[in-house]
Amino acid sequence: MSANLSAQAQAKPKPQPKPYLNPYVGGLLLGLVLFLSFLITGSGLGASGGVNRIAVFFEDLIASGHVDRNPYLAHMAGGNANPLLNWTVFVLLGAMVGGFVSAKFHHRWEVATYKGPRISVRTRWVLAFVGGLIMGYGARMARGCTSGQALSGGAVLSAGSWAIMLAIFGGAYALAYFLRKVWN
Amino acid sequence: MHFPLTIDAVVVKYLIHFLIGIAFGAVLEMSGFAISTRLAGQFYFKDQTVLKVMFGGVITAMVLIFWFVAMGWLDYDLIWVNPTYLWPGIVGGLIMGVGFIIGGFCPGTSFVSAATGKIDGLLFAAGVTAGVLLFGETEPLFHTWWYSSDYGRLTLFEVFHTSYGVMVAIVVIVALLMFWGAEYLERAFGGRASGIVPWAKYAFGLIALAAVALPLFGEPTVDELWARVAPEMEPKLQAREVYIHPAELMEARYDERFRTVVLDVRPEADYNLFHIRWAHRADMDDLPTWAQRIKKDKRLTVVVLVSNDDQAATEAWKTLVALDVPNVYILDGGINHWLDIFAAEDTRIHPMSLTGGLEAERLRYDFDYALGEASPAADPVPDQHEELLEEFQPKIELELPAGPAGGGCG
Repeated sequence: MSANLSAQAQAKPKPQPKPYLNPYVGGLLLGLVLFLSFLITGSGLGASGGVNRIAVFFEDLIASGHVDRNPYLAHMAGGNANPLLNWTVFVLLGAMVGGFVSAKFHHRWEVATYKGPRISVRTRWVLAFVGGLIMGYGARMARGCTSGQALSGGAVLSAGSWAIMLAIFGGAYALAYFLRKVWN
Repeated sequence: MHFPLTIDAVVVKYLIHFLIGIAFGAVLEMSGFAISTRLAGQFYFKDQTVLKVMFGGVITAMVLIFWFVAMGWLDYDLIWVNPTYLWPGIVGGLIMGVGFIIGGFCPGTSFVSAATGKIDGLLFAAGVTAGVLLFGETEPLFHTWWYSSDYGRLTLFEVFHTSYGVMVAIVVIVALLMFWGAEYLERAFGGRASGIVPWAKYAFGLIALAAVALPLFGEPTVDELWARVAPEMEPKLQAREVYIHPAELMEARYDERFRTVVLDVRPEADYNLFHIRWAHRADMDDLPTWAQRIKKDKRLTVVVLVSNDDQAATEAWKTLVALDVPNVYILDGGINHWLDIFAAEDTRIHPMSLTGGLEAERLRYDFDYALGEASPAADPVPDQHEELLEEFQPKIELELPAGPAGGGCG
């Protein structure tokens, strides 16, 4: 019986991953989601705010007194304040669910590492973590990342958000030449 | 104006954010943003997906948002516009750019990537978490700088001294030119451009048309905004539901459930002769600024408008209500009615002996000299007027202020 089933499974070819959206269609859809978010809730999209609050939640579990003594952290998790009760947390969790469901649905879910051809997988992993660390630090310094500032603030014409958007692209383009071996 | 919605139920509010998050994550995944090599390709000119999706999203949302604002359906004062802290923003942005090119993601895309099984996405997301914690630990070292160059809620059209309509049109035209350039770069460096599917081409054509039409359509005037709400609001004036008795204003000031803002719209000379203590003098022309200021303050606020009788205050009421300020009331009978009740407390105030018809909006009291608010009649205490408190019918009903509590930077 079980042999029969596994034979059937083998006979069935793995479905091919579906192609990605045309980027302009992706842009239109992204704009609609962003617009609906502003229309219904009055705020846009965000990611780093949610990361921040989840991280501080765990920090508060481990070192509550330390959190209470740091005004920046106490603002979110001081005393009995629950840092998770913030909309950014729910947008981030939703985004992960949406990404997972979409990847499964389009047969694109796979355990894999994407990298340039000239570096090893291990190097890529180290660079991913280091890049993330720098990105996370910069995102908090700028009070929001590509989603919360460049995308959301950009759409409602916040002056600061446009400055941040240009700075992100500027920083990345300025360094791209020196890292060309990582990606090409 | 009905948007943004005021959602009081916390569960519903977070559920909506969760659903929006799902759509956000799905769109990012469908655009290929879970793949680091694709994102990084942006900076080697061969794959301009990041630029196309991002600016496509920005201009689509922007045109819809500002058209809804222009139509009076969405209140721009109530949506979250990221405050500008210029230098921390620029330095943070540059740091993010460095992180982007080293790691190949931004925070949102890395979490989506991790959810699709990508190990580099997962590690980047772990790095973001570590970086965020590191910021929390080091922020006290440069706390003052982090709050410096604070321009508050500053918009791009204020910076360029233009209207939002013109700004929207400019941004859309620039974005479309960048799309054209992106196709060129992809062909030149990657050998092949993404192109655009026909229906999306029409959609962006429509967006361009809407953007160019926006400055021609113009921003609605206060009169137009009032015309929209008049059918709903005019009956309230007719029924005098928003005219509060002087004793109710006296009592409201001691009510701890809300803060009371008294706006005195009379000429400066009358204001200097006598005004209710803590009343701000407000020119009719300044009312839009007051409306913005009151709505931005998330405290529960009751606004009471004051003039000599109540005609000018009623006009001011229409302005504030048209601008969507909640909890606005008018002092019934104005300062004259107020003094009919409280002038007895101050011997320096005398009723005028007027003969013939009364001019509208004329102060009916004389003063030995300009008292301003230095008079017991300017600040009567409810304890000494208990007999009055029985007399009036209370009309203040509290409506909660709308709008988001904060942005994505939580």
